[in-house]
Amino acid sequence: MYNIVKKEVLSPGVLLFDVAAPLIAKKCQPGQFVILRIDEDGERIPLTIADFDREAGTITLIFQEVGHTTRQLGALNKGDALLDLVGPLGKATHIDNFGTVICIGGGIGVAPVYPIARAYKQAGNKVISIIGARNADLLILEKEMAAVSDELIITTDDGSKGRKGLVIHPLQEMIDAGMKIDTVMAIGPVIMMRSVADVTRPHNIHTIVSLNPIMVDGTGMCGGCRVSVGNKNKFACVDGPEFDAHQVDFNGLMARQRMYQEHEKMERCGGGSCKCNK
Amino acid sequence: MQQVKHKMPEQAADQRRRNFNEVALGYEAETAKAEAARCLQCKTAPCRQGCPVEIDIPKFIKNIKEGDFDAAIDEIKTKNNLPAVCGRVCPQEDQCEKYCIMGKKGEPVGIGRLERFAADYAMATGREDKVDVPAEVLGKVAVIGAGPAGLTTAGDLARLGYKVTVFEALHAPGGVLMYGIPEFRLPKAIVQREIAALRKLGVDIQVNAVIGKSYTIDELLNEEGYDAVFIGTGAGLPHFMDIPGENLNGVYSANEFLTRVNLMKAYKFPQTGTPVRVGRRVAVVGAGNVAMDSARTALRLGAEKVYIVYRRSEEEMPARHEELEHAKEEGVEFRLLTAPVQVLGDDKGWVKGIECIKMELGEPDESGRRKPVPVEGSNYVLDVETVVMAIGQGPNPLVQDTTPGLAVNKRGNIMADETGATSKDAVFAGGDIVTGAATVILAMGAGKKASAKIHEYVQNKKAAR
Ligand SMILES: Cc1cc2nc3c(=O)[nH]c(=O)nc-3n(C[C@H](O)[C@H](O)[C@H](O)COP(=O)(O)OP(=O)(O)OC[C@H]3O[C@@H](n4cnc5c(N)ncnc54)[C@H](O)[C@@H]3O)c2cc1C
Ligand SMILES: Cc1cc2nc3c(=O)[nH]c(=O)nc-3n(C[C@H](O)[C@H](O)[C@H](O)COP(=O)(O)OP(=O)(O)OC[C@H]3O[C@@H](n4cnc5c(N)ncnc54)[C@H](O)[C@@H]3O)c2cc1C
Ligand code: SF4
Ligand code: FES
Repeated sequence: MYNIVKKEVLSPGVLLFDVAAPLIAKKCQPGQFVILRIDEDGERIPLTIADFDREAGTITLIFQEVGHTTRQLGALNKGDALLDLVGPLGKATHIDNFGTVICIGGGIGVAPVYPIARAYKQAGNKVISIIGARNADLLILEKEMAAVSDELIITTDDGSKGRKGLVIHPLQEMIDAGMKIDTVMAIGPVIMMRSVADVTRPHNIHTIVSLNPIMVDGTGMCGGCRVSVGNKNKFACVDGPEFDAHQVDFNGLMARQRMYQEHEKMERCGGGSCKCNK
Repeated sequence: MQQVKHKMPEQAADQRRRNFNEVALGYEAETAKAEAARCLQCKTAPCRQGCPVEIDIPKFIKNIKEGDFDAAIDEIKTKNNLPAVCGRVCPQEDQCEKYCIMGKKGEPVGIGRLERFAADYAMATGREDKVDVPAEVLGKVAVIGAGPAGLTTAGDLARLGYKVTVFEALHAPGGVLMYGIPEFRLPKAIVQREIAALRKLGVDIQVNAVIGKSYTIDELLNEEGYDAVFIGTGAGLPHFMDIPGENLNGVYSANEFLTRVNLMKAYKFPQTGTPVRVGRRVAVVGAGNVAMDSARTALRLGAEKVYIVYRRSEEEMPARHEELEHAKEEGVEFRLLTAPVQVLGDDKGWVKGIECIKMELGEPDESGRRKPVPVEGSNYVLDVETVVMAIGQGPNPLVQDTTPGLAVNKRGNIMADETGATSKDAVFAGGDIVTGAATVILAMGAGKKASAKIHEYVQNKKAAR
């Protein structure tokens, strides 16, 4: 059992948990994730390790309530425990002193970007971060990102905070202004990652994205997390989750993420008996 | 004397094809005694040469014949930690029963059924295993992977007096027995009861521990104080065909499909959290046990039509005969000499069909089997909403990739000799990770040999110090 030692609400439907998991806290690196199960009948779901405290033996998970399991998780409190927690899984981010790095986080994607941005900074890079959300209320980890970035740019769809617009707009401007960019790291909704890739591709800027296909085991056993990268099948859980953005088949990924939509509706609405059409 | 085996009571095909309860129901005591009475108690006991774990077959059968079922299970358990599993899923027709004298004129003695009977009887009566673990601790061994190979190694070493820790990546021990082989062939409660017996021997099983991530092999040996490591990580890497449309929604690897259903209990969704999607019509590609299990599982999840698509003929099918017959009885439709060329999708990215081409058998290939060649222009489409790829698995690379000095062959399997010794000092391996996908009992046999070798290795090392 893995105890929840801290719970915080970051924005509506976005929660932060610190979970006691000494072995994972000792080993994990930026870019890695865990798979958890709440109880005996529970689903295995992957979440990025958003932070870790090796001394306290805790890891931080930040998640959005989107469906059955994340909502069930959100209903837990400090003092409750998770039944299973396995990790660290996936390959760690390749951290080096590249020069200038742009870290882009969209929505909940800011959470996984944060430890990576911090590691880039510690490695001596100039870190410019762009974080975005639909509106000011949904923006997370602003202070934390500011602390590890040389510059922080905020965008919101409705202009309620920072610049009005999408995260790719400031990126495009930097490119147009002829800024030297050595690496771009982008994590967020697939659509966002795809448009970042579209922006950097013509300029051949090395761009990394972290993919989140549906997973079951997280050890390369089920093949459910396969994505097409450079026309080859890769398993995101063991070969990734980070890949070269210019090689990823984003359309295929988007289609696969819709795999369980109907089932989720059924689960949410009492087996399909209600007519709420959510 | 009766020339045929006593019939195995079974759930009727039209009932069982829609439930997950066990298909074969097991012998009653009287039937078991009568079947045991067919054994000639041969002095040479040829049956024994076919048993990878060297059970004294005539002896336990004699016990059953005499009605001493407790003695029968005690005898089996001296060699086999998982008799209720083996009695259900071992390919006895290719092992012990293949050599049985009775098989020369009629049918061999139902050795597997008798093994199952003895194990089930012991479970039903709550008989405890004889646990006589030595008081002195001989050493500390780490076992990686809680499949049949790892569990066997762990049990044997615990009996010898070792402190054994098993590290398992998933949240439940058992390996394929838990996530692969379906409930209707091997109830999960039985697997867990056999594992509980191992825990009574003092084996510590740590789940949610992925070696290569949680610890590396070198860390286990150099920092965590283990004298030796056994790797039994199995063949869990699913193969795909590399045909167009394989990433459409509705295409599963057999591993994902079966894991969702068995380990995650998707057949009880939404009471359980994990869904599985089965269309009205399902195509399963392949014809081994894994394919039969997938096809029969799809039926039980409510599919109206389930096809097996296989490029060779029935003769070459690798599945056990019994499983093939069961699948047929339940209504699985076989499209033999047929190979998929692409999966077709609708405009939303979902499977709507699988395009196949007919094959004919040509000249024999390297494997000695006649090679299937496509019949030009014979393409046709099977309308299906789900495709399950059951065309084989490769070795899981997590451990190999993080263990310098561990030799692997070109397919990625760990190289080990017949005692389980690898190229790396203190590291042993066995089961599917060495041989490629094989059988439960072969994995157990490898575990037995390795545990003997590990014992020898650790004692020599201690003596040298
Ligand atoms: C490597 C990895 C790291 C992740 N890290 C985080 C994280 O740090 N924080 C976070 O909030 N989420 C993260 N996710 C996504 C998270 O796993 C899913 O949101 C979660 O599994 C949904 O489970 P559910 O039962 O609540 O929702 P479901 O009922 O399963 O689904 C609800 C909705 O979410 C979509 N969905 C389902 N699974 C995924 C998925 N794997 N990725 C994206 N959308 C999905 C469905 O299409 C559906 O629309 C990560 C996913 C991966 C693969
Ligand atoms: C669907 C299906 C049906 C089958 N039917 C039959 C049958 O009827 N009869 C028969 O004899 N055989 C059958 N087999 C084959 C048989 O199950 C295997 O040969 C046998 O299970 C191999 O045992 P193993 O211990 O080598 O590996 P596995 O059973 O594969 O166990 C390996 C274990 O190691 C774990 N693991 C992997 N990597 C790591 C890691 N890095 N760290 C920690 N743990 C790890 C895995 O999670 C798994 O639990 C079937 C196989 C399948 C898939
Ligand atoms: S070969 Fe057959 S008849 Fe002879 S001892 Fe073995 S099981 Fe009995
Ligand atoms: S999650 Fe199963 S292979 Fe990646």
